[in-house]
Amino acid sequence: MSLVVIKYNAGNIRSVLIALGRLGVAAEISNDPGRIRAAEKVIFPGVGEASSAMRYLQEKKLDTLIPALTQPVLGICLGLQLMCRHSEEGDTPCLNVFSTRVRRFPPGKKVPHMGWNAISSLRGPLFKGIPENAYCYFVHSYAAECCAEQTAVTEYVFPFAAALQKDNFFALQFHPEKSGDTGQRILRNFLELPPLKEGMQT
Amino acid sequence: MLTKRIIPCLDIRDGETVKGVRFVEIRRAGDPVELARRYAEAGADELVFLDITATVEKRRTFAELVERIAFQINIPFTVGGGIQNESDVARLLDAGADKISINTAAVRDPGLIDTLAARFGSQCIVLAVDCKQEGNISRVYLNGGRKPSERQTQEWVREAVQRGAGEILLTSMDHDGTKNGFALEITREISEALPVPVIASGGAGTPQHFFEVFREGKADAALAASVFHFAEIRIPELKILLHQQKIPVRLTGKDNDYGSGF
Repeated sequence: MSLVVIKYNAGNIRSVLIALGRLGVAAEISNDPGRIRAAEKVIFPGVGEASSAMRYLQEKKLDTLIPALTQPVLGICLGLQLMCRHSEEGDTPCLNVFSTRVRRFPPGKKVPHMGWNAISSLRGPLFKGIPENAYCYFVHSYAAECCAEQTAVTEYVFPFAAALQKDNFFALQFHPEKSGDTGQRILRNFLELPPLKEGMQT
Repeated sequence: MLTKRIIPCLDIRDGETVKGVRFVEIRRAGDPVELARRYAEAGADELVFLDITATVEKRRTFAELVERIAFQINIPFTVGGGIQNESDVARLLDAGADKISINTAAVRDPGLIDTLAARFGSQCIVLAVDCKQEGNISRVYLNGGRKPSERQTQEWVREAVQRGAGEILLTSMDHDGTKNGFALEITREISEALPVPVIASGGAGTPQHFFEVFREGKADAALAASVFHFAEIRIPELKILLHQQKIPVRLTGKDNDYGSGF
């Protein structure tokens, strides 16, 4: 299977590559539109700051490419946030794949939200075989508001969308590559999705 | 609900685990990768590896080990010990570590925290502090607890967080190795004062000590070494006890699957 991990100016994609390696999949890292468009599946990971990441995507013309992809796409962490309509981080208009907005956790509790938290109200093919209230590992200071496209909910200060799906676009706020056996199963579920969006149901 | 984390700590010298580790069913007791995997399976929420290698030449061995750990385990891990500068951090993060911890080098040059946070992000910068109570003040010690510094613990951790440290690993030298329980007061004081997570370390002897450091000490995570290595406390049982006492913990649901030692 050809799998491309999108390269942009956000850190920590190495742990995603290692986790894919653990599942026996070698991924290519690329910011080349042709390579990305040709891949059977695309992963859009990242840790970083929203406005500078969006600027980079715009420079590389990935801001128009990503929302137009037709194969399964998986955003992780910052990737999820960038796929939303808008992020409060740097007051940044994002890719608008998902209609929801991203807010910063208000003061009062510790930020970032760091550690293992439960995911619930699970639906969609990524959560096949995952029980309600399974634990996943989170590290983030911003979160997507709950919306119709959410496929998992987690609560920290407020309930937020821990996962989103619209057609062939999937996104996770937590780090599946660091979420133990649960995360590994979710990644495997993504790898096992049919390659085209036909037949994909929420 | 966000759970409290249980973190075993492994001391590594020249690529091997230091201190005898009384695990049954492990082929090489000193192999950190095997140990790490067993801890991950037993329900550890994170792992910390401290490099206590004495020589600079052997530090490469540690980076190679970090690569092997990253490939083998699927939970987050922090590495520390002897980190001096940006390039040390880059090498360890490249090798697959999720976070790094800095201690002495940060006290000597606090600007290092700013540099590291700006380049790598606060979420992967753990400030480790070894502290000791001296009358009314808590003092920061350096070089693995051998050398007193000029800094007081509370003002140092506050400054470190302002500079970009994303998490505090607080070891009380007065409690470390005693098995009489964690330093509850200073842990609570720092945890309540700071907007970042605090990992309590030093003094774990019984499951009740973990309960206390979460409830009284307001710690976000608790770290221990020998009680886990010598199977005096088993992580699945510890977590069930904490859960029964209403401390939120991640139960992995495979609590009976581990051999003796876990």
